[in-house]
Amino acid sequence: MRATRRMRAIDEPTPLGKAVSYVLLGIWTIVVLFPLYWVSITAFKVPIDVNDGPFYLPFIDFQPALDAWQYLFGTMLADTLRPYLNTVIVAICSSVIAVAIGTMAAYALVRLTYRPRVGAILGFVLCVILAILGVALVGVPWPVALACGLALFALLLYGLGRRFRRALGNDDIAFWMVSQRILPPVTVVVPVYVVFQHLGLLDTRTSLVITYVAVNIPIVVWLMRDFLMGIPLELEESAMIDGASRYRIFWSIVLPLSTPGLAATFILVLIMAWNEYLLALFLSSANAQTLPILIAAQNATRGPQWWSMSVLIIVMIVPVVLLAIALERFISRGLLIGAVKG
Amino acid sequence: MPQPAEPAGGGRPPAVYGERLAPAVFILPAVLVVLAMSIFPLIVSLYLSLSRFKLAKGGFTVDFIGTLNFQKLLVGSQQFHLLGKLVPLSPVAWAWVALVALAALWPAISGLRRGAGWGFVVGRLVIATGLVAIALLFGATASEGGQFGSLGVTLIYVFGGVTVQYLIGLGLAFLCAQKLAGRRLFRVVFFIPMMITPVGIAYTFRMLTDTTKGPFAPFWQLAGLGDFAWAATAWGARIAVMIGDAWQWIPFMFIVLLASLEAQPVDEVEAAMVDGASRWQVFRYLTFPAILPVSVTLVLIRMIEAFKIVDLPNVLTNGGPGIASESLTLHAFMAWRALDLGGSAAIAYILLFVVTFFCVSFATLTRRAGVAA
Repeated sequence: MRATRRMRAIDEPTPLGKAVSYVLLGIWTIVVLFPLYWVSITAFKVPIDVNDGPFYLPFIDFQPALDAWQYLFGTMLADTLRPYLNTVIVAICSSVIAVAIGTMAAYALVRLTYRPRVGAILGFVLCVILAILGVALVGVPWPVALACGLALFALLLYGLGRRFRRALGNDDIAFWMVSQRILPPVTVVVPVYVVFQHLGLLDTRTSLVITYVAVNIPIVVWLMRDFLMGIPLELEESAMIDGASRYRIFWSIVLPLSTPGLAATFILVLIMAWNEYLLALFLSSANAQTLPILIAAQNATRGPQWWSMSVLIIVMIVPVVLLAIALERFISRGLLIGAVKG
Repeated sequence: MPQPAEPAGGGRPPAVYGERLAPAVFILPAVLVVLAMSIFPLIVSLYLSLSRFKLAKGGFTVDFIGTLNFQKLLVGSQQFHLLGKLVPLSPVAWAWVALVALAALWPAISGLRRGAGWGFVVGRLVIATGLVAIALLFGATASEGGQFGSLGVTLIYVFGGVTVQYLIGLGLAFLCAQKLAGRRLFRVVFFIPMMITPVGIAYTFRMLTDTTKGPFAPFWQLAGLGDFAWAATAWGARIAVMIGDAWQWIPFMFIVLLASLEAQPVDEVEAAMVDGASRWQVFRYLTFPAILPVSVTLVLIRMIEAFKIVDLPNVLTNGGPGIASESLTLHAFMAWRALDLGGSAAIAYILLFVVTFFCVSFATLTRRAGVAA
């Protein structure tokens, strides 16, 4: 008992240090909360309260009004609800799919062995380039080019692929996948745009879901790989001896054991998709518009509509902020695992 | 959650067959998505960057024009936009370039003296060349009469932003790692900004920084800056963007650094303090080495993300005044909107090149630090 008290005394901050710490922490709390407070009160102001100069305290400085809320959720209900629904659907669908696909890949990279041949990879890239050049220069229709490219690749694989013995390993695949995160979205968005246009998917939720899945898979693989490495191998081995298939092991043993990692990863990916701006800006217009785009659009012809914007910002951030507060511990641990091993 | 189809019950052969296919079933979805959505567009983008895109009757034409797009951006009519307005370097600028060159060449020189392999020295020389080129660019645009282009602005956002975010995040993490009552509340509150959409942050900061109607208007008036439009000055706009970005991303640094500080064994620190080590010594010899690997990864992650910055400058300042706060991604977006698809792809490729260069350099130069600790 005495020992613990002594130790506490040593690394417990001095009263002065404590006071300074509280002051600094208090200042930062204000820095974090004041912008949020300002948005919250602006949402209850009428235009004149905003334009006539700063008013700080509701009921004292100005009379809170629900005008902006009534405008957005009454008159403009359809225009507000559709982007909201789009955001919810796109964020949840893309996160579920990205976590599912990414976790499968991460599991495979941890537990199974891959030896892709360098020759095969180079051959594949060559075929893709040839197919693209065919479409761009000669004007071959793209389904034909795709088929020709694949056929050529199969031929190459059988003919030449075996001669190049050099092979890569799991770590190379993992590195390749995770390094996709370096790729700035703006580098790939124009071709993606053209492809979706050809497929008639432009300005649909499907196109956004597909794109967000692709953007988020690297994060999932990166976080889940480190998490899955920490799961004891013995359980899986004994299940395998009992005759369980890989799928069964993955579904009934690995997934239940990795629930905390899955939760953290899911939240992170969900927030990424929820807040995404650039890709939605390129790929959606009226139909699949998401909330960030709607908020940006409030800066309309009549000048910035601060009150409407504030309402939209609030309805947009409340769900994720609540989620984040509830799961803060999960998320920080998930991020730490990624940062230590990554 | 969609899962790989389990082989339907019964029937031995399909089960065995399914088991043999398992490696492919597990990894193919991810590989295909990444191939289709990253690698394929990347190759197409390369082609686009080498061609001119023209709207024509009933569609568009894409003509191959070689490296003209890149020439235009690097030495031609669009040079001011990407690289900035270049002027002869002032003596101060030369001194700064020399300083950077010395620092950048140091790893290569020390490698030579230690007798490291040629690969090592050549690698470090390549990194040094890149850094000196960037230093020259900054020297030429920051001198009297020069002007930053979107490349310089992006680098300012990345290095200025990440440094500030790391330092403040670390400071807050140290404060919160102490045994204080209510620290659970602080960490939850500090975590919030990371969840907020950058577009929302951009508008919020536009409201806050309004000098006539914002909450700080009285202070601005008091300081005689009532009509001072920060968004109309180059540095005002850039700093506004950086403050918004820092507000959002300090939580990320904070939360991971705090978790890593808390993961540090308490007895080590206590033993050191019982032995009479000062707080600074504890930090220098125990805490800092313990959080170094995490810090390196954190900075790398933030660097990668910071290079992609677009929402804040687009909404907060619209890249203005002029192009003073325009990031590379925003530059590419503007080119795209002007239907200059080739130019847009070329800018995007330059961005990709710069990001890759800095990430690889950073990872190479810090590898030893990360592994040793």
